[in-house]
Amino acid sequence: MPMSSQNRPLSPHLQVYRPQYTSVISIFHRITGVGLWAGTLLLVYWLVSAAIGAEAYETARDIIGSFLGRLCLFGWTVALFYHLCNGIRHLVWDIGLGLELRTSFYSGMAVLAGTVILTLVTWFAGYYVMGAFP
Amino acid sequence: MSRRSSLGRARGLGSSRDGLHHWWTERLSALALVPLTVWFVASVVTMAGADYYAMRDWLGNPVVSGLLILVLVATFYHGALAAQVVIEDYIHIEWLKLFALLATKAAATLLGLAGVLAVLVVLFKG
Repeated sequence: MPMSSQNRPLSPHLQVYRPQYTSVISIFHRITGVGLWAGTLLLVYWLVSAAIGAEAYETARDIIGSFLGRLCLFGWTVALFYHLCNGIRHLVWDIGLGLELRTSFYSGMAVLAGTVILTLVTWFAGYYVMGAFP
Repeated sequence: MSRRSSLGRARGLGSSRDGLHHWWTERLSALALVPLTVWFVASVVTMAGADYYAMRDWLGNPVVSGLLILVLVATFYHGALAAQVVIEDYIHIEWLKLFALLATKAAATLLGLAGVLAVLVVLFKG
């Protein structure tokens, strides 16, 4: 690299700042994004098992439907809805809207509320489809 | 003192190379994933606890398999771009960074390919 990056000013980083509501919302976008990578393994396993045959698919269904599997699936839906809602918030920011402190505070609240509501609706619907409610 | 202008020295470095393209495609794939994700979650919910034959019927519908392929491609494309940003932010050992970048691109390609092939196998072999 020719004459680059020496003695450039650095912005203060994580260890200097006290975590704030908005910065915590922000870092969780990244954390959930990384977590969703793990979820893709489950998705691909599910699809590949259906391509292999009945036995492989039933095994995958039992694993995913087990208590531990459902726990992973629950975490995956929470991460997915958080990343989806906050991702939309980011896209709105990218066109230059909603960047005021007060607005971003409320849109952060909306992200949290949206995550809880969408997760609950999804799981109620899932159990309804499986006939859990008579 | 070099006789090159500041602009001449800056060209080809940093985000003046292809940073904007990376940023833009990450946003475009995110935009595509908004409706695709909503469709995907809604349909997986209707398949909760489905047996093998229901699953094959579902995957045998070309609209479903087509949308699933879009979900897979957009997800792994977006995931690879996003993982690159995270890796470049946190890993500063050059060889390790390069390895991580290549490994995530390989993982995204292989997982996406496996998913798409699985969908196509069920669609065409019934």
